[in-house]
Amino acid sequence: MTGLRIAVVGAGPAGMYAIGYLLDHGGPDVVIDLYERLATPWGLVRSGVAPDHPEKKLVADRLFDFSLHDSRVRFLGNVEIGTDISHADLSASYHAVIYAVGAGDDLKMNIPGEDLPGCFAARSFVAFYNGHPDYQHLDFDLSSERAVIVGNGNVALDIARILCTPIEELARTDITDRALEKLAASAIREVVVLGRRGPAEAAYNNPELEELGHIPGVDIAVGGAAMPDSTKGCSWETKRKLEMLAHLAARPANPANKRILFRFLASPLEVVGTDSVNGLKIGENALQADASGALRPLPTGRDEIIGTGLIFRAIGYRGTPFPGLPFDDRSGTIPNDAGRVLGETNTYVTGWIKRGCRGIIGTNRRCAQQTVDRLLADLGTGSLPPLPGAAALLPGKRIDLAGWKRIDRHERDMGRRQNRPRVKIVDREAQLGLAMSEPATVEACT
Amino acid sequence: MTFVIAAPCVADYSCVDICPVNCIGPGPEEQGFDDAEQLYIDPVKCVDCGACVDACPVLAIYEEASLPDRWKHYAKVNRDYFHRDSVTA
Repeated sequence: MTGLRIAVVGAGPAGMYAIGYLLDHGGPDVVIDLYERLATPWGLVRSGVAPDHPEKKLVADRLFDFSLHDSRVRFLGNVEIGTDISHADLSASYHAVIYAVGAGDDLKMNIPGEDLPGCFAARSFVAFYNGHPDYQHLDFDLSSERAVIVGNGNVALDIARILCTPIEELARTDITDRALEKLAASAIREVVVLGRRGPAEAAYNNPELEELGHIPGVDIAVGGAAMPDSTKGCSWETKRKLEMLAHLAARPANPANKRILFRFLASPLEVVGTDSVNGLKIGENALQADASGALRPLPTGRDEIIGTGLIFRAIGYRGTPFPGLPFDDRSGTIPNDAGRVLGETNTYVTGWIKRGCRGIIGTNRRCAQQTVDRLLADLGTGSLPPLPGAAALLPGKRIDLAGWKRIDRHERDMGRRQNRPRVKIVDREAQLGLAMSEPATVEACT
Repeated sequence: MTFVIAAPCVADYSCVDICPVNCIGPGPEEQGFDDAEQLYIDPVKCVDCGACVDACPVLAIYEEASLPDRWKHYAKVNRDYFHRDSVTA
């Protein structure tokens, strides 16, 4: 195929894997315009991956950056599709559009008191400490001695780890300065991680659980459910998790340490408080197998209140409707067939908005491959009629590759002075100012 | 000696694509890939070529003897993955 002109919306892992595959398989003269709402690329690799996981962020430097620098790719940052340019205009300007917009919302607990100050979505705190410009106005009160995280997936463990890691270790990461200040003054001694089912059904992965054992000065404890006597019938991964949890919980406790308490078989019932959070009422569960054999939590009727001033709900992310596209409210995804959006002719999806919020960074590679394969099969072989792209529709204040590089270099320079990977610019206007500044003139050598 | 995939793995399967002896799993076509916590190297099949080390975008692959202390046990984890049915029993 020749003459292919594509728009990709979203510069996170889903979009970048789609671009990588398009560059390899989209024909020699494929042209890709990459639209990103923010001034900075990399999506959750920049604003989701924990600051103490620098190795995972290498995927940007060692993989995505090569695609971004390819002459067939044009980065168009600070452009919001659906607002600045409509889906209808975009899809009319390209042979195909791929939406890789991720999941903009999260699951609610749907319990009384959930909106009290002090009860937050996990994503808000993660985006706050990772420097996402849309979350910098938030304030988190860490003056309570106990924090409770509802949910025990990897995001929950990231937050537990960040709340308990010694400040001097965090100070070597690219966590924001404001988050660092907050955490340095934190009074939190205990983080309760709540799971509605038992240790064998916990949502975290093994590497994230193991890591808790490496935080200096932190004890791990288990409450609410005895560890299963036998791991018989468990998957290999689950067996590893159970053994690791038992090992971590059996280490001698030190009263001077902070503590992460896994509280299993407990569901949140009510956020307690009048003006702000001062507790979480939880109900005990027992597990019962349903018709399919899956273990479901059933309330036993016993409940209690955990005293806390800070609650994070970390029970899953969820996609949001995109203007001009269909939406499946049940799954929080854009309905599609192997990546092609149902009812549309040249519109595709990849990543979390396509398959739901599952998997890790590389899971998106296979997902993108399927979408691009479908797209290429739909367009067939031969040469495509020329299309203009949406250049004429672009708003004035947009960030190109050189602009992003100015932000990137500035952040790394500031980081180098402090022995950190980077110091993030977190203010939208500051990012734009830096990106649009004239390049410094090279002083003449004399 | 063998190469070992440690905790930073993000399941980008560049290593699977480049491995000349197909000793890394689960690959993208295998059942279980979508929920994989990470990928693993079968030490019995690995021929120590090291091609995967450079291909890995997050530098998660180490020679067994060079594994950082906190990830030393990943030699066993990688090995056990390929015997997971017998390990589970």
